[in-house]
Amino acid sequence: MANNTFYNEILTEHNIHPTHKYELKDANFTLEGVNPSCGDDIILSLKVENNVIADGAYVGDGCAVSQASADMMLDLIIGKTKEEALRLSDIFLRMIKGSITKEEHEELEEAGVLEDVAHMPARVKCAVLGWHTMEEMLGEGRTEVTATEGF
Amino acid sequence: MNELDRKIKSEFPLFQNRDVVYLDNSATSQKPQCVIDAVSSYYNRDNANPLRGLYELSIDATEAYENARKTVADFIHASRPEEIVFTRNATESLNLIAYSYGMHFLRTDDEIIVSIMEHHSNLLPWQIVAKHTGAKVKYLECNEKGEIFPEDLEKLMTEKTKLVCLTQISNVFGRINDIKTFARIAHEGGALFVCDGAQSVPHIPVDVTDLDVDFLAFSGHKMYGPMGIGALYGKYELLEKMPPFLYGGEMIEYVTRCGATYAPVPHKFEAGTVNAGDAVGLAKAIEFINRYGFEIIESRELALTKMALDGMKDIPHVHVIGSKEAKEHNGIITFTVDGVHPHDVAAVFDAHHIAVRAGHHCVQPLHKHLHFMSTTRMSLAFYNNEDDISAFLQCLRKIRKDMGYGE
Repeated sequence: MANNTFYNEILTEHNIHPTHKYELKDANFTLEGVNPSCGDDIILSLKVENNVIADGAYVGDGCAVSQASADMMLDLIIGKTKEEALRLSDIFLRMIKGSITKEEHEELEEAGVLEDVAHMPARVKCAVLGWHTMEEMLGEGRTEVTATEGF
Repeated sequence: MNELDRKIKSEFPLFQNRDVVYLDNSATSQKPQCVIDAVSSYYNRDNANPLRGLYELSIDATEAYENARKTVADFIHASRPEEIVFTRNATESLNLIAYSYGMHFLRTDDEIIVSIMEHHSNLLPWQIVAKHTGAKVKYLECNEKGEIFPEDLEKLMTEKTKLVCLTQISNVFGRINDIKTFARIAHEGGALFVCDGAQSVPHIPVDVTDLDVDFLAFSGHKMYGPMGIGALYGKYELLEKMPPFLYGGEMIEYVTRCGATYAPVPHKFEAGTVNAGDAVGLAKAIEFINRYGFEIIESRELALTKMALDGMKDIPHVHVIGSKEAKEHNGIITFTVDGVHPHDVAAVFDAHHIAVRAGHHCVQPLHKHLHFMSTTRMSLAFYNNEDDISAFLQCLRKIRKDMGYGE
């Protein structure tokens, strides 16, 4: 049997060997995102300095799609400004709804491999969990969201 | 595939129309052509509003509906057809007991005992009854094999215990609980016994008189019948003293400006126009089961469970929940795969057109009790065959590889 699933190597690699799955000690933004229906759970932490995402990490439990998506998101947004991260998030969420251009797809780098999730309604929530959590943290002019660390 | 395999599967049109290895029978079963035809024949020939019309067609509809009730009553050995109340499904049946019996007869500090392995539908209604009446819900714990013990129920029972609510077959472990013994203990302590038969009635012979349960709830759609029809069995004297669950048409005898007297059992529990078409379908599903008989059904399901368990025990990183013995699974095998989330397991199966269930199977307290976030479940019906199990095992063997692990 061939591997005819959408679990390609990029996705499985981010799931099994994530780059950013650890506790970020000096985060000034931390927020938990949960999909109550399927139990996916991530705690996303960012360190934002002078409007730039200097570092980021997550911990959590859930399916490969939810965990790998958060890892790929962090690859993409670390080093970017808040506004830039939110713009990329908007592109990602539109990709999952099935409406982006080829240029926009390229901007998402590896996260673009989740494009096929658009055809799998049951998995959409998994793919967008990390991104929604980030949007909630950074959106609407928030200066910090954290229960553990503050300035 | 042998002759019998072919004959059974050919009765189910879905398998001619879809390329699927269907292993989610605990969620719902497929429907044989005879059931689909019975429903359609009811609408083609007998349909009118049953129980109220004074003309021949409505009388035929009533007869079809009441005959279906008799078929269901005979199937579970109820002592009279009036002991069967048609509902939408087991969940509605259990809610009926909770709202009608629980809300009216339970008082502050009364106790309701449920097992930790109950489906949410045999747990949430009791939590709500407890909240409204001031009663308490107490839990009968199970071990990691899914066993619950009569001694533990004896210890939990007090003179305040009014209800004991247990499933006959857990939808996670597949093990049969000794309902006759648990019901006896409940009765000796002065409590009533509610049995959830959603997973048992389709797969083993269930005799309510022998088991001596006060209530039994089950769904038609898990036993080859249509969706939207289920039944509640209740002992006649109990049903008689219980107030209606829903109020409206069809369930009254007399109604005046200030009140009403209710129709006799079971019609006082069947407010509004009834689902006669699907009741007829359920009766046909019972005929279908009886045509093969539980001897064939059980022996096929046991052989396939054994084949699956034998194959699974040789696959590294795969862990079956509960007993290692096939006869203690009744066609339900819940498992985990190291390093692969159940939703991913199910997705890989799906890519190979194999339908299995992933998640917490509506038993979150049990998953907490067992320290699992969630699990994957394959569940059989007797129309499954060895080819289905081979496909399942072949896919299961390569799931970790598909998910990027190096072996």
